[in-house]
Amino acid sequence: MNNGEGVVRIQQNAASAQESPWRMTWRHFRRHKLAFYSLILLLFLSLIAIFANQLAPYDPNDIDPRNTDVRRGFPGAPNVEHPLGTDDFNRDLLSRGLYGLRISLAVGSLAMLIGISVGIVVGAVSGYAGGMVDNVLMRIVDIFLSVPSFILFLALNAILTPSIWNVIFIIGMFSWMDIARLVRAEFLALRERDFVMAARAIGVSPAEMIWRHLLPNAAAPIVVAATLAIPAAILSESALSFVGLGVPPPDASLGSMLQDAKSWLVTAWWMWITPGVLISLIVLAFNFVGDGLRDALDPMLYRR
Amino acid sequence: MKRPYPTQLMTNFLLRRLVQMIPLLIGISILSFLIVKATPGDQTMVYIDPNKPPPSVEDMARLRAQLGLDQPLPIQYVRWLGSALQGDLGFSLSGRRAVLTEITDRLPATFLLGFTSLLIALVLALPIGIFSAVKRYSFMDYVITVISFIGLSVPGFFLALLLMQIFAVQLRLLPTTGMRDAREDYEGLAAIVDVARHLALPAIALGTASLARWVRYERSSILDVLSQDYIRTARAKGLREDRVLRIHALRNALLPMVTLIGLSIPGLVSGSFIIEFVFGWPGMGLLAVNAALRRDFPVIMGVTMLSAVFIVIGNFVADILYHWVDPRIRYE
Repeated sequence: MNNGEGVVRIQQNAASAQESPWRMTWRHFRRHKLAFYSLILLLFLSLIAIFANQLAPYDPNDIDPRNTDVRRGFPGAPNVEHPLGTDDFNRDLLSRGLYGLRISLAVGSLAMLIGISVGIVVGAVSGYAGGMVDNVLMRIVDIFLSVPSFILFLALNAILTPSIWNVIFIIGMFSWMDIARLVRAEFLALRERDFVMAARAIGVSPAEMIWRHLLPNAAAPIVVAATLAIPAAILSESALSFVGLGVPPPDASLGSMLQDAKSWLVTAWWMWITPGVLISLIVLAFNFVGDGLRDALDPMLYRR
Repeated sequence: MKRPYPTQLMTNFLLRRLVQMIPLLIGISILSFLIVKATPGDQTMVYIDPNKPPPSVEDMARLRAQLGLDQPLPIQYVRWLGSALQGDLGFSLSGRRAVLTEITDRLPATFLLGFTSLLIALVLALPIGIFSAVKRYSFMDYVITVISFIGLSVPGFFLALLLMQIFAVQLRLLPTTGMRDAREDYEGLAAIVDVARHLALPAIALGTASLARWVRYERSSILDVLSQDYIRTARAKGLREDRVLRIHALRNALLPMVTLIGLSIPGLVSGSFIIEFVFGWPGMGLLAVNAALRRDFPVIMGVTMLSAVFIVIGNFVADILYHWVDPRIRYE
């Protein structure tokens, strides 16, 4: 009897030990209600953004779609034909919102990809090589961190020809510093661990060491940082577009839509509601998902 | 071995931190210089009168030689740095004024806005964070958490537009833009009240993100401290809970805030650019955004350089403060 109970417990332990780390993370992530619903909201918004072409009732840049009732030069209030109203060029705000959502999400994700790629390379080299290389790279990180990023975005956007790709490139190229520091710190800690020493002892090459042994073990904080890098990039893009140095007109971005709304704040509330709520909602959802991931990926919390 | 006196250790630490700032500042200056060089057009544009026929090729070459633009890049950099150190950051292309005076004219406004929002955020973040930690997992804690996440997520300029719409346009309580009332000529106390009325909305819009971040941080910091052994000891020896909180927990939980304030300076500076733009606040940020819109590169680079220098100095001060308030840290 006693023996049999022990076997059952061992089997249970074995079963939980077999559970893959990602599965375990997912199980813990689902418990964080706000994060879970935020993820669903983000998936939903991403789908809408991907199918913006099919969903948008009008061409977002079309100056005068169909209805001619509304006077030109004045925003039109929401009505049956334009559920979210029109802006002062009689452009349909629902269509512009859908395309703006697409651009914001694309800029956020692509800039994040550039940022974490550069950050991982710099951090990995710095943490793995150590010594002089580490010292020089970290001083470069310090330099980039001391310059307020927004003015660099401003300066570079003024130098380069305005385009969505340049906005993505610039935001990405100036948002790698935190990730580089993080990867370096992880590598420095991992370097002292026994399995890394063992791998080194059997002659694993540096590239394989970084790729197979160090990076996978630093994955958790990188995933969290990458998740939180997306809303930061979206906020930068919308701020740039808002001052008129981001996504060039006539293309809609949530930031440029807010710029259009700026002179109609009092008379046409519907012009700022859509882009303002959308930006805040996306950034909020990404922040919750990042927070949930942080908790779910932290093995220290499982014991509680 | 004789142990050195603490003051001597402090001096050594200060000197070492000062020396560490030098490569950082050189790096920032190289970055700024390279961006200036990457811009289309050069210094000669300042000297050309657009209303007269364009100068001949030979004249242009002579002008470029006079300005040292025919020299190799490293030499140009050293010259540029030399004059920058003497306060010569070139001339603005639009106003044709010295960049340094353009910026120093705007600095008081920027500092006023920055410090006010810092103060608002700090004064509110501490009690709210402490309350949230002490009443953790309560309904109010939940509300505070959600509100601080919203504060982190709403873009500063959108919040600025909303505040402007509600308090300036609808309720007509506060002015919408600028720093002073242009129609009135206030003196004494009335002038201060006038500036304060203009300052309120931009300072709140700028401070909200920091406030939200600090509330979150202060809450987890206090929760960390409360799980320490010395808190258990304090409770075990029968101290009243408010005394445990005030004397034992709070002091230790407040220490990391000093570093956090230092860390949030770059964000505040970045944020102030766009907030100043929205409210027409006549500071360095408004200058920089307008310069970027007009492609006025000497001004942009001047602002970049100076704000980076301020951030480096701010971090230096925060570092010293941290060592000063936390005696456990050794000046190795």
